[in-house]
Amino acid sequence: MAGRILTEVAIVGGGLVGCSTALHFARRRVPCVLLEAERCGAHASGVNYGGIRIQGRALAELPLAERARRRWGRLDRIVGADGEFRATGHLRIARDEAEAATLERWALEAARHGVRCELLPAEVLRSRFPWLGEGFAAASYCPDDGQANPRIVTPLFARTAREEGATILEGRAVVSIERTSRGFLLRAEPELEVEARVLVNAAGAWGTAIAAMLGEHLPSEPIAPNMLVSEPLPFKIEPNIGMAGPGIYLRQVPSGSVVFGGGRGSVDLERRRCRPLFATSLSTIEEACRVVPELARASIIRTWAGIEGRTPDDLPVIGPSTVVPGLFHAFGFSGHGFMLAPAVGIVLVELVLDGHSATSLEGLSPSRSTSVPAIPATT
Amino acid sequence: MDEPADPPDTRFGRWVRLDGAEPEGVPFTIDGEPAEGRNGDTLLTAILTVRPDLGPLPPDRRVRAGFCLIGLCQDCWVRLEDGRRVRACTTPLEPGMAIRLETSDRAW
Amino acid sequence: MVKSDPLVVVVGAGPAGMAAARTLVEGGLRPLVLDKQPAPGGRMWQQPAGSRQPCGLPGHDAETAERARKEFLDLAERIDWYPGTTVVDATRGRLWAMGPGGEVDETSWDALLVAAGALDRVVPLPGWTLPGVYTLGGAQTALKALGCAVGRRVGFLGTGPLLWLAAAQHLVAGVEVAVVADTSRWTGAMRALPDLLADRARLALGLRCLRMLRGAGVPIRRGIRAAAIEGGENVTGIALATRRGPRRFACDAVAIGVGLVPQTQLLDLLDAPFDLDAESGVWLPRADRAGRTPVEKVFVAGDGARPLGAAAAALSGERAALAILEDIGRPFDRDRAARLERDLERHVRFARGLARAFPFPAGLEAGIASDTVVCRCEGVAAGAITAAVRAFGCHEVNAVKALTRCGMGRCQGRLCGLAAARIAAVTAGVALAEAGRLRAQAPIEPLPARVRRTAPDAVA
Repeated sequence: MAGRILTEVAIVGGGLVGCSTALHFARRRVPCVLLEAERCGAHASGVNYGGIRIQGRALAELPLAERARRRWGRLDRIVGADGEFRATGHLRIARDEAEAATLERWALEAARHGVRCELLPAEVLRSRFPWLGEGFAAASYCPDDGQANPRIVTPLFARTAREEGATILEGRAVVSIERTSRGFLLRAEPELEVEARVLVNAAGAWGTAIAAMLGEHLPSEPIAPNMLVSEPLPFKIEPNIGMAGPGIYLRQVPSGSVVFGGGRGSVDLERRRCRPLFATSLSTIEEACRVVPELARASIIRTWAGIEGRTPDDLPVIGPSTVVPGLFHAFGFSGHGFMLAPAVGIVLVELVLDGHSATSLEGLSPSRSTSVPAIPATT
Repeated sequence: MDEPADPPDTRFGRWVRLDGAEPEGVPFTIDGEPAEGRNGDTLLTAILTVRPDLGPLPPDRRVRAGFCLIGLCQDCWVRLEDGRRVRACTTPLEPGMAIRLETSDRAW
Repeated sequence: MVKSDPLVVVVGAGPAGMAAARTLVEGGLRPLVLDKQPAPGGRMWQQPAGSRQPCGLPGHDAETAERARKEFLDLAERIDWYPGTTVVDATRGRLWAMGPGGEVDETSWDALLVAAGALDRVVPLPGWTLPGVYTLGGAQTALKALGCAVGRRVGFLGTGPLLWLAAAQHLVAGVEVAVVADTSRWTGAMRALPDLLADRARLALGLRCLRMLRGAGVPIRRGIRAAAIEGGENVTGIALATRRGPRRFACDAVAIGVGLVPQTQLLDLLDAPFDLDAESGVWLPRADRAGRTPVEKVFVAGDGARPLGAAAAALSGERAALAILEDIGRPFDRDRAARLERDLERHVRFARGLARAFPFPAGLEAGIASDTVVCRCEGVAAGAITAAVRAFGCHEVNAVKALTRCGMGRCQGRLCGLAAARIAAVTAGVALAEAGRLRAQAPIEPLPARVRRTAPDAVA
């Protein structure tokens, strides 16, 4: 498709955020063109851990997370399949008293938001979760959290968005963006120009670079969570598991494999490549075996990583640009965007088309890191 | 029909030792039952000369009996009583090895 | 060893790895040889357990194999040889290997030679996952190295020289051969004759195997268009569609194979490029005649570069070792290198003849029934692949893997990757190259979670 396309909305990035945004513009019958440098879901969206949890999130993310959770529960009605989402619960483990106190604090805040969260003292952990290792201080359990299959969710959103009229172009890397009287002119390789009134920056780890093309400074660093999977084993671990502090996260998928991660792989943003690091994998295995000791009997059959953007405060940048009218950002999810993405798309569309959203983005807007006040959305 | 003959019985050993002699030398157990292999046997040789298969393996619990025999297809992983899992075609048989093929439990 | 000597790591101690190690020692280096097997020889020149090997197997030059193993063992003082050691990951200048006790060591390298051998290529057929079905190489390993037959009555199904050789070897070892069923036709062999004359000894061996099987009254079927392995709990027979109609042969074991696939996972992790061999549909690592890949100081030799057989593997291992000496600035014998390349050219020509005589049965693979299992590790049937390709409009094999789990299991797509790519390409109506190649991911073999890291650089 060489040449020039005129459209209402251009979306940069075919991750889950971009695809879900495209879907909701299409549902509102707004013409949109999504440009993806590789293929939709090629990076963190398609190869992330697959955790769907509200538990442990920063308070600023809670309104968005709650809306996202409601959407995960009816994904089949949004994209025609459930994405293998299951509400398996999420168990958050404290290794010491300090971490246990973290759990208590979060549970209190969560209660104010109406999030169900059960605090579990050390003595009940092993009777309730017999596969759990010994010596943990406490845990908290959110029954409404769960897990989904990241490998199929982004393709489902991309497919549905296409079916409903969005134009999704894969293998088109945006190389420059300039402002025009009508809005934005994007140049993509190979040879394509897209002119749009509104621009959505959903470029993940490349979000900072896209913003910079329009003179906006929104810092983030690329990261690549280092993931591992075991051979398939008889199913016994129901909940999705995480730690109260930094550490591993682990879940068992229905076919029996244990998916887990913790550290970071290496990233080459220029070449759009990342890879797991063997030393990281080894230490992650060791820690996972402390949480689920029987894992030591299994074999690890694959490791991988996916590129993702991380902001200085570990919170995503979502909302209208502080400097460029018509530009909206949704990137820098800092390793926990998969769960939020199905809500991010619809909230962005509300912001663009209605000028406001019922879902609060306070604390996530691009303006938070600068002293420049946000320009009210007027489109 | 080119060949109407029934296939031979494989209820016992699937594999046939070519020199025909009885196993001697290396005692081991399968699910607690004593068995004997020979010096130089791989675990796979030792098991399949006295048993028809290695039992079922997740995820689909398909019954397996090895496939490539050179450590690449990963179809012959078995469990030892001590909880270790080993690839039978690349693991030498050692005296006293206790193999657990029975997997009706949910143990890993 | 002089302290500043570059460290050359050879992965694999088959015919290629052993020849390379010897050549490197002659060049004044002390190579580090990491081999998965407990004894040298690789698969083709594997050490038989005890005195088990049946005598007089056609095509198995036990003396050459033993001499090569002995020569290698005689080097023991001048190399660092780690048997039972599996390389699981590599980056530029580093690699990780797992020892027989499950300990993982990290080592550096200045040059790396990957001589990892090849695995039988199989076309997924109905019943190919039944217990009692083996690769041709597997059946041959049982016979040659383990002193066993994989069944009492074995059927041979597929195509290629190994099909006939393995069948004849079983016959000589006293195992009943139920049938030799080949997808290729005699006419192809006729057209291949000029190239096959490049190696008269191997051509004669092939003809000898054919004569032996015929002489023993073994049923031989060629031009097979469809095949299924029958059985419930066990293999009970092979059903064939031949030009003369359906045929069935009772057996309790089946050996299948349609050629060999180089084991290139390590090269893949090092970002080495691959090219699709149009004739066979196999992705081969890009390398010059000496075995240099485009990745600096990374070399490939033996069947792991291109399956040409044991003799050629030894030549290419030697040639790659000379290239390593050259590239690290050591003296090497230019004439010897040229001679090796000429010798190798003869094997390449013979292999071209074999490819013509025993073409890959692409039609059999493309015409797979939707309920036939493609990925034996995860139990993914062909229908799941075609459904995903149609539902999501994708055909790239890594995308297909993500959607279907095909290639995600314990073997990491070694056995199903090529078939999955073809099924995806045929379904989407694109060229095979468009479906691409399953990318390797570390660890390239299962890594027991109980592994513990030993001190860094403990190996080197």
